[in-house]
Amino acid sequence: MMFAAQSIAEFFQGFGGWQYVIAAVIHAVLLVHVFAVSPFAFIWLERKVSGRIQDRLGPTRVGGLFGWLQSLADGIKLVQKEDLCPSAADSMLFRSAPYIVCVSSFAAFMVLPFSHGWVAVAADCGLFIILAILSLEVFGIIMAGYSSGSKWSLFGGMREAAQMVSYEIPLAICALVPVIAAGSLNLGEVGGMQRGWFTNWFMFHDPFTFIAFFVYFVVATASCKRAPFDLAEAESELVGGFHTEYSGMRWSFFFMGEYASMFSVCGIASVLFIGGWNTGLAPIDDALYAARNASLDGTAGSAAVGYLANVIGAGVFAAKASFGVFVQVWLRWTLPRLRIDQVMTTCLKYLVPISCFLFLGATLWPLMLVTGMGRTTWTAPIGDRAAEGLQETREGTVEVSAIAVPRIDISLAVPTANNIESEGVVQ
Amino acid sequence: MNGESFLFTVFALATCLGAIAVVFSQTVVRMAFWLVISLGSTAALFFLANADFVGAAQLLIYVGGTLVLLVFGVMLTASGPYLKIATSPGEIVMGSCVGLLFLVVVYASLNGVDWREPSTAVTESGNPVVATGNTLRPIGLSFLGSRPDQDLTADGETLTPGYLLPFEIVSVHLLVVLIGAAYLARAKRRAVGSG
Repeated sequence: MMFAAQSIAEFFQGFGGWQYVIAAVIHAVLLVHVFAVSPFAFIWLERKVSGRIQDRLGPTRVGGLFGWLQSLADGIKLVQKEDLCPSAADSMLFRSAPYIVCVSSFAAFMVLPFSHGWVAVAADCGLFIILAILSLEVFGIIMAGYSSGSKWSLFGGMREAAQMVSYEIPLAICALVPVIAAGSLNLGEVGGMQRGWFTNWFMFHDPFTFIAFFVYFVVATASCKRAPFDLAEAESELVGGFHTEYSGMRWSFFFMGEYASMFSVCGIASVLFIGGWNTGLAPIDDALYAARNASLDGTAGSAAVGYLANVIGAGVFAAKASFGVFVQVWLRWTLPRLRIDQVMTTCLKYLVPISCFLFLGATLWPLMLVTGMGRTTWTAPIGDRAAEGLQETREGTVEVSAIAVPRIDISLAVPTANNIESEGVVQ
Repeated sequence: MNGESFLFTVFALATCLGAIAVVFSQTVVRMAFWLVISLGSTAALFFLANADFVGAAQLLIYVGGTLVLLVFGVMLTASGPYLKIATSPGEIVMGSCVGLLFLVVVYASLNGVDWREPSTAVTESGNPVVATGNTLRPIGLSFLGSRPDQDLTADGETLTPGYLLPFEIVSVHLLVVLIGAAYLARAKRRAVGSG
């Protein structure tokens, strides 16, 4: 039974050493679809929302109701366009730059959990990996700007790189604020700890995480180079910024990368701050959790129910992250664009100190609560939830390894004389 | 060949070919591109070895940080488009000498390691120690401040705390050089009346 296997790798167990390769290919294909379809939806959303905000209708014709096939029409148009490379450009770098942007924002989906145990790579330092991967995107943009052989592109690339590099700092610090509360960089565990009422979400853990959520969102918007921080694409001064010289599919790769990284930063926000795949209503969450646990007994029926519970979880996660993307679109069409010096001032003079303050506050908060109230949180203690979270992810992944640290049996480490002799190393 | 060794082959080849391409390309930004390929594949090798944290740190520090800094430096200092570096024969000779020396060192230390399965042994005092396969070198320990080759308790022995202090001084020196370079490279500011 397909649902009974705890992971794709387990399902293909009979394939010798290749099961992980097959599992990796399947994960990659699934992620490519998430990666390709989400920009498809978000570009339509962008057009529709911008239309409504500007008192227009937006797309109405292609595909019938609400023009939902507009993105497909756009895509077909872009595929048909000529793949141009300016004669002044360094053609190898010019052609490969869009792939770097695209691949790095795509690779970030690798460690992003979509539901309980539904993650391509369940890494213990998942958040660190995702931040590292997202920081690669800037290199593709610098290359695009530099290799185009155009001054607009070069200026756009420089601005963009300066902006993305400096906004990475508050982004990482703000992402660490809920991590201090959770005590884990494993995104699956952090998500699992927020089960129960929505007061368990890390956003409501303390006042610092509450502010950190909004600061994170602003910084994430800026690091995705979205308006009001889209200096690189400031049409009025820089034509098209770093992608001035691009056309057709290579141009659209930049935009796929942009929409995909919008989704992934909102996904990170959703897992870290607003409960990830948990609904925030304790009865529903508990029911879904029970369904997942029941699915471990191996029968086909309960496995299908557990699978369904995960599908619901993934839907909740996608809804939260998509709402974040919607807010980013909303902001883009509402706020005027900042000037480049204002963008840098906002980051270096305001957002970095604010995020450092939040970081410090979040570390001191449990100590203040301990002296005042005699406990470390005002909601359910993290310690209890941490155990649940651990249990949840450990059960969800293939290799159920016991928590290693306290259980090292010292007696095993001291071999007997026989052992030493048989191992042949006595020195 | 199973999947893991296949992936290892792919990434190891990408690492080596990227490194070779860095040496043989002329444009600085192309070199940076090949360096991204090489360093990114090294990170992939770390991930293959289940060293997630080291792999992510490699990506964040070297690919996302150092290389971006390098390209920025090229952009800010280049006098024309597509800055090229022409290597003189003398530099090639010097570079290959350093490279060959490094190769000898790496080869020697690889040969010195006992690659068999590490096993446990018991010291005289009864503590279990894991046999390390001869991976420790006195000079490496000296950089950490420990001198196993000297008996510091002996009479008349002056205190020699290894090379930790010089090592730290060199890193501070690097910082000084960075600040000095930033100061020298800074554009001269005109005095602007601030209202």
